[in-house]
Amino acid sequence: MKYETVIGLEVHAELKTNTKIYCGCKNEFGGEPNTHTCPICSGMPGTLPVLNKKVVDYAIKAGLAMNCSITRYGKQDRKNYFYPDLPKAYQISQFDLPLCQNGYIDILVEGETKRIGITRIHIEEDAGKLVHDDYGNSSMADYNRCGVPLIEIVTEPDLRSPEEARVFLETLKSILEYTEVSDCKMQEGSLRCDVNLSLRPEGQEEYGTRCEMKNINSFRAAVRSMEYEQRRQAEVLDDGGVVDQETRRWDDVKGISTVMRTKEDAHDYRYFPEPDLLPIVVSDEWVEEIRSSIPELPDQRRARYVEEYGLPEYDAFILTSSKKTADYFDATVSLGAAPKTVSNWLMGDIAKLVNEREGEPGDIPFEPAHLKALIDLIEKGTISNSAAKKVLAALFENPEEPAKIVEKLGLSQVSDEGALMQMVQEVMAQNPQSVADYKAGKDKAMGFLVGQIMRVSKGKANPQVINKLLKEALDQA
Amino acid sequence: MHTWTAHEIRDKIKNKEISSKEITKAFLDRIDQVEDKVESYVTVLPEEAMAAAEAVDKKIAAGEPVGDLAGVPMALKDNLCTKDVLTTCSSKMLHNFRPPYDSTVAQKLKEADTVLLGKLNMDEFAMGSSTETSYFKKTKNPYDLTKVPGGSSGGSAACVAADEAAFTLGSDTGGSIRQPAALCGCVGMKPTYGTVSRFGLVAFASSLDQIGPLAKDVRDCAIVYDKIVGYDAMDSTSVKREYESFEAALTGDVKGLKIGVPAEYIGEGIDANVQKAVYAALDSFKSMGAEYADMHLPLNEYALPAYYMISSAEASSNLARFDGVKYGFRAEKFEDLIDLYAQTRSEGFGAEVKRRIMIGTYALSSGYYDAYYKKAQQVRTMIMQDFDKAFKTYDVLVTPTTPTTAFGLGEKTDDPLQMYMADICTVSVNIGGLPAVVLPCGYDANGLPIGLQIIGKPFGEAAILNAAYALEKTISKQKPAL
Repeated sequence: MKYETVIGLEVHAELKTNTKIYCGCKNEFGGEPNTHTCPICSGMPGTLPVLNKKVVDYAIKAGLAMNCSITRYGKQDRKNYFYPDLPKAYQISQFDLPLCQNGYIDILVEGETKRIGITRIHIEEDAGKLVHDDYGNSSMADYNRCGVPLIEIVTEPDLRSPEEARVFLETLKSILEYTEVSDCKMQEGSLRCDVNLSLRPEGQEEYGTRCEMKNINSFRAAVRSMEYEQRRQAEVLDDGGVVDQETRRWDDVKGISTVMRTKEDAHDYRYFPEPDLLPIVVSDEWVEEIRSSIPELPDQRRARYVEEYGLPEYDAFILTSSKKTADYFDATVSLGAAPKTVSNWLMGDIAKLVNEREGEPGDIPFEPAHLKALIDLIEKGTISNSAAKKVLAALFENPEEPAKIVEKLGLSQVSDEGALMQMVQEVMAQNPQSVADYKAGKDKAMGFLVGQIMRVSKGKANPQVINKLLKEALDQA
Repeated sequence: MHTWTAHEIRDKIKNKEISSKEITKAFLDRIDQVEDKVESYVTVLPEEAMAAAEAVDKKIAAGEPVGDLAGVPMALKDNLCTKDVLTTCSSKMLHNFRPPYDSTVAQKLKEADTVLLGKLNMDEFAMGSSTETSYFKKTKNPYDLTKVPGGSSGGSAACVAADEAAFTLGSDTGGSIRQPAALCGCVGMKPTYGTVSRFGLVAFASSLDQIGPLAKDVRDCAIVYDKIVGYDAMDSTSVKREYESFEAALTGDVKGLKIGVPAEYIGEGIDANVQKAVYAALDSFKSMGAEYADMHLPLNEYALPAYYMISSAEASSNLARFDGVKYGFRAEKFEDLIDLYAQTRSEGFGAEVKRRIMIGTYALSSGYYDAYYKKAQQVRTMIMQDFDKAFKTYDVLVTPTTPTTAFGLGEKTDDPLQMYMADICTVSVNIGGLPAVVLPCGYDANGLPIGLQIIGKPFGEAAILNAAYALEKTISKQKPAL
């Protein structure tokens, strides 16, 4: 049978506030275990939480950027469960009155805009981390991450394929980056997602039974886990079985998911209002103040790139989905470089090199001025496109003036017609057969001759000039 | 010397009639003398106390500025965190717990230059009305060593009554300062919720807990409250507010004071001697120019069940952190993580604490939340409205503090419901977040103290303390014979 996939996501993003959500400890990734802790975030008896106002600011900012309505009288709740990484044995979260509700994000799928509903965004504290000693028989707790502020973003079940989900995640990530509420560093776990997926026979309105997938550490893992789950559920249904509502753990190494817990042993978190904290009262003025601090968002920027620079929709989308990349693009263009040329470099070779170095998009080690200079060198004919790629690679190793790199690596291009004409005649003299072939109408021979000239010039000949000169020489021969 | 009140000691030290070392030594001697009988302390700090007293004396000798309660020896309930000093909550679970921080009240009393004599026994995690649920010892009522001191701040009350400290602090979630104060004949006050920081008070029920003083007289109660009251940025539920001196508000003038006497608190179930003493006190008020009238708080009969729902629910969450992972007691033998939790909590908590955790867990469970916890919260709102209405007519309300005078050790330990009834007159005050002061208004035929409770409007501490001050002058106090 043919099935339609229905996907909803729960995304956790760490907020990049200076301090933790309920105490004065630094909100910083890494550090020796238990060095960014205090009696409050390590849950010592008698200590009390005090809400960091910046957390509310950031969450509202994210909510406004995702078109949510802001809860004016909210509260925080305790989610009770035992685990050694949770020192109070409850997580302070929000249950029935999340800060932001009923928003949406527009995503671009196959050239079409699709609106994905945001059910809610709430604030909560992160838990610590357990380090298991594989050799001894012990586990150790590191509470550095306890009390790091998070927002949990819950979508409506509006996504219809793993690819849509991927695009949604990219878009969401870019909004969080643009609003500067989160670093969104997947490697450091500052952006994590849980996936809910169900299948229904095509044409059926009622949703099928969903499964939740946890332990997803990258967008790629998210897509793979969804593809796996699609197949798994389809097989169950095709065999006439029923999908059990369960939570599954994704194993990215093995590429499979396994049952973590079934509906029967689902936790009863015994949520109740956190009595140590006051209600969160948000005034109109506060909301407006935050609204006015929201910068140009990805879709606004995308529109600007298409309109102002005439970039293709696709280019604009790719560039703007990373704030860093888009900022880099803007900076380079403002130095006078041609937008489409800059876009090509950023989306092509630069993106490839960043990726090879396992950086986040836009992690470019050299200045926009360097890129502008590189583009100028090509346009002036000083270096060839292939030489430019070498310069670029060198820039990634050691950022310095591209002209210097060209000099050091001896990459300048020979464009002097006199010098090149000599090479043309030399090569033609050495390859009479090819000249004859060309004359006999075999255009391929031309390519062979160009290649030979490039070889003689050790790759430094300006191919456009060579082409011109060779053609003239052949036509006269 | 140990019989002196805190304000007497304060004045004598200030006037250099006596040194802090002398008075501290006097209290330590008194502890040596009677502690075997009373057993109010979990921890006594003789060296630390003498060193602190000496430091205060040096400051005074050098003419340096000192705090308002300089050199006054006091003791704290063992659920108030004291830096590097054992804070056990009278539980096996925290038998070895030394917090690396001070509670805000401990800090404030340090800044006032008081001398900490030690930490006081209590019902385990403040759950109980007789101090018999303590893991360590059973504190006795100084007026009759076969009787309970009340609870949960039984150590704090017995300590003051036995002159083992000039004053103490306790905590009150449903009557835990006032009930033992009444049974031990001291003056105790549960302040308005939010006026004293809870930071560093090991939480029982966060929305009800409040720290307050237990003292030898009303003035002492006021001077201690003056020192511990105030906004604290470390406690989100603390109220931003300016406070005038409560000691200065003690005029003794109660002319025109309108006193309401809720019938629900003084009828059936209240011992005749207690009723008699309360009415005698009301007549004293009348003779001083106040007026009183019977009135009703119709919803108060629901206060006790609502209290047990809310406090147990919050406790079940607050006490979840005691799991053997981070600090305190950990079971020696366990199979795996779940077993570590189960064994540690089974062995580390006493029966009463387990009972409350189970009640609270049940009340918060999905499917029961609406019927129990949510309903109790609705009742709470209605009881608060009941009080609001009453305070439109009356300035203060006067009630007995306990249905009877002190009961015998072991008398109610097998009957939790009977024990819970000991709080019948006090819990609604916590539900309403109101202030209430308790002071002795007479003694029964066996010489056991009878406590009178004066309930005020929110932030009405000055009025209730002043009323208590006026009444105190009409009562001839009896000291326990130890």
